[in-house]
Amino acid sequence: MAAEASDDAFVVFERVQKSYDGETLVVKDLNLSIGKGEFLTMLGPSGSGKTTCLMMLAGFETATHGDIRLGGVSINNIPPHKRGIGMVFQNYALFPHMTVAENLSFPLEVRGMDKATREEKVKRALDMVQMGEFGGRRPAQLSGGQQQRIALARALVFEPELVLMDEPLGALDKQLREHMQFEIKHLHERLGITVVYVTHDQTEALTMSDRVAVFNDGVIQQLDPPDVLYEEPQNSFVAQFIGENNTLEGTIEAIENGIARVRLDHGELIDAVPVNVNKVGERTRVSIRPERVEYNPERMPPDAHTVRAEVLEFIYMGDIYRTRLNVAGNENFIIKTRNAPDQRRLKPGEVIEVGWRPQDCRALDA
Amino acid sequence: MKVPATDPNTMDAPTPDDALHLVKGEGPIVAADGRPLKASLRRALRREKLRALGLVAPLLIFVLVSFIAPIADMLFRSVENQIVADTLPRTVAALEDWDYSSGEAPGEDVFAAFYVDLSEAVALKTHTRLGTRLNYEMTGMSSLFRKTGRRVGRFDTDIYADQFAALDPAWKDGAAWMEMMSAPGIESVLPETASAWQSWLRILENEGDDPAEETPADFVFTMLYRDLARGADVSAYNGPGADRLAAAAAAVGGFETVSIKEQFLKADKDWGDPEVWGVIQTFSPPYTPGYFLAAVDLKLTPHGIEKQPEEQQIYVMLFNRTLFMSLVITGACILLGYPVAYLLSSLPLRTSNILMILVLLPFWTSLLVRTSAWKVLLQQQGVINDILVWLGLVDDANRLILINNQTGTIIAMTHILLPFMILPLYSVMKTIPPSYMRAAKSLGATNWTAFWRVYFPQSVPGIGAGSILVFILAIGYYITPELVGGTSGTFISNRIAYHISSSLNWGLAAALGTILLGVVLILYWLYDRIVGIDNVSLG
Repeated sequence: MAAEASDDAFVVFERVQKSYDGETLVVKDLNLSIGKGEFLTMLGPSGSGKTTCLMMLAGFETATHGDIRLGGVSINNIPPHKRGIGMVFQNYALFPHMTVAENLSFPLEVRGMDKATREEKVKRALDMVQMGEFGGRRPAQLSGGQQQRIALARALVFEPELVLMDEPLGALDKQLREHMQFEIKHLHERLGITVVYVTHDQTEALTMSDRVAVFNDGVIQQLDPPDVLYEEPQNSFVAQFIGENNTLEGTIEAIENGIARVRLDHGELIDAVPVNVNKVGERTRVSIRPERVEYNPERMPPDAHTVRAEVLEFIYMGDIYRTRLNVAGNENFIIKTRNAPDQRRLKPGEVIEVGWRPQDCRALDA
Repeated sequence: MKVPATDPNTMDAPTPDDALHLVKGEGPIVAADGRPLKASLRRALRREKLRALGLVAPLLIFVLVSFIAPIADMLFRSVENQIVADTLPRTVAALEDWDYSSGEAPGEDVFAAFYVDLSEAVALKTHTRLGTRLNYEMTGMSSLFRKTGRRVGRFDTDIYADQFAALDPAWKDGAAWMEMMSAPGIESVLPETASAWQSWLRILENEGDDPAEETPADFVFTMLYRDLARGADVSAYNGPGADRLAAAAAAVGGFETVSIKEQFLKADKDWGDPEVWGVIQTFSPPYTPGYFLAAVDLKLTPHGIEKQPEEQQIYVMLFNRTLFMSLVITGACILLGYPVAYLLSSLPLRTSNILMILVLLPFWTSLLVRTSAWKVLLQQQGVINDILVWLGLVDDANRLILINNQTGTIIAMTHILLPFMILPLYSVMKTIPPSYMRAAKSLGATNWTAFWRVYFPQSVPGIGAGSILVFILAIGYYITPELVGGTSGTFISNRIAYHISSSLNWGLAAALGTILLGVVLILYWLYDRIVGIDNVSLG
């Protein structure tokens, strides 16, 4: 899944490998190029190698093999302080013995800027994150969200072209996290900087990124814009990891004209888009998004494929209804329906017909 | 580093307290049982406090009895001086009228008072202790008291007893004396005799004898003679033996007399020296600054406060040396301990545990063993010198003197106190997340700048805690300087120990200890002012 090194690539990982113990590879043959001004998110479960990649880029880990280039220059042997990369840490790492203004002034001081310039830049950076009033405070006197803003301002104050963020919102509560997502996104758009963002939160990744790299087991499983990632997952790991997903297991019976016929283990025969299955007789997992399943006969698309289902549980969640069904032997088949005035609430025990369009149904590896 | 929004400045929602106000409206808030809320809160807190007190009470009592009380007693000894007034009560009173600046020894009255006091002290064997006490202030006092003590019973004052007995044999009868001296009003007629009689009773009580069967001692007769010769109004007395007394009063004019002062001068001519009496007078109050003055190389003399003679000025120098060497030891501990603590805190747990055991190993070895080991290593024919000679770095004839001087004390004490520096440093460093250094580097700081500007300031509380610990331990250290310090490497505590166990001048030892305690407290206060005690963390 190597992204071809295009001409405008700003950050390039080329055949990068990393091993800590000499026995297992944490990062296996990573190829990735990030364009200038791009917001790229590395998404994956813990231990998938995403943070290691970030640390190699920042210079705190060295690649066991391969080449990392920044602006066309190999940075393998450049120490972290000479890379000029801004970084926001998971716990902010604001220096507790310095005031907010001193924290922001630090990167300017070590660059030998004079006092007037420093004060000018610190003020501008604080205003940028709407924290102009807080220059004299200590980090411990700030709330989590405020500390987050200061950490962001500190990473940006020396005007780096590349900013790395290592799960920066992990310690915030849900509401603040959503708010900060937009602020970071807007800052990125306004300043035109390149951002590499690491998270294990898929909604965060989908909300903020230009492209998302899904990591698992030291390998990028898929690298795509958020909508493509969600709608067209390339394998069952990505389908499972991004968003909610219903799977039905079965065997390929035929592949013709870009349609795969799948015989489910329960007996039904359904149509699906073949993604990474290619021969008859192969085991497959068919993936359908919960919100693409319809049960209201009036709204059923004309080419829909319908299956009989039994309602097991109905959960009212405010904006949506979430219904658990037994479909083709899968008792965890979820459907989500919008809470509309004309929508019918299903009752446990009801037997209904559910259906979906064959193009929303993807046959993936088992 | 997540800080919850509990800061009152950042919270705009009502606090629980506000909420109560909001609900109840204005006016004092009342608890469910109708009592004011504040009162019932106090009640609830008091019960909790009592419970807490109950839990710490055993330890509190133990500390009070085994720590606070002995220290308070010891500190009190640095000013306490009751021995003079207790042993020589009459002399102290009589000396009030004597003027030292006259340049002459006091008169007969003082010697008479001293005669009674000393006679009692000799019989009770307290005069040698007084001599020892006064010897701290003036050399020769101890032997003066001892010598006179042996003579005082053989003074020529026995002639008074004989002359009274010649008038009436009943004067030699203890029972008759008893009867007369216990009659009311006798004290106003014969004040000195009554006072001397009390001493006589105490002496007999001490020996377990019955005063009715013993002839009173010479000093009682001497006082009787003095009272009568002074013209006591014997007619005012009409109790038992009044006739005998009246007869004696009529006869004393013709008595052969003896000067008590002469007797003392015969026993030792030093009693004619006004300096001796000056010292007794100067140290007669029950509390004295004398020990404290001695502890800073001064002395209290009848002329006022004076410097000790040059060759006896050692304490100020010892205090300075103790402070200076403790500072050097603390500095050496910081220099040696900081890198070790840094390594300990940054290594993976398994490796750091092994290293930690190496740090703690000396802790588990006897202090005496470790210090003795240093003797083996440091002496001139010792391991270190042998190696240096073998390497050719040091000439065999000029082996380094590493022990029995300051070098030896500094080396051995730095080694012994090092764990006290490493442990607080380690516990502080362990709490500094590595992300700070990374953040500093990502912001463009070199390794050194990141360390100096970011890591080091955060480790200062550990340095503070370690330094206070090491310095305070060092300043009072005793065993190691005693064993490896020789003469130039000993501390003030060695001198304190000497006064406690050898010279037995506990007052001076207490004064030295009090000053040491005061210095530590002042340094602690200074440290708090400059660095802030909140910046000290023991982990």
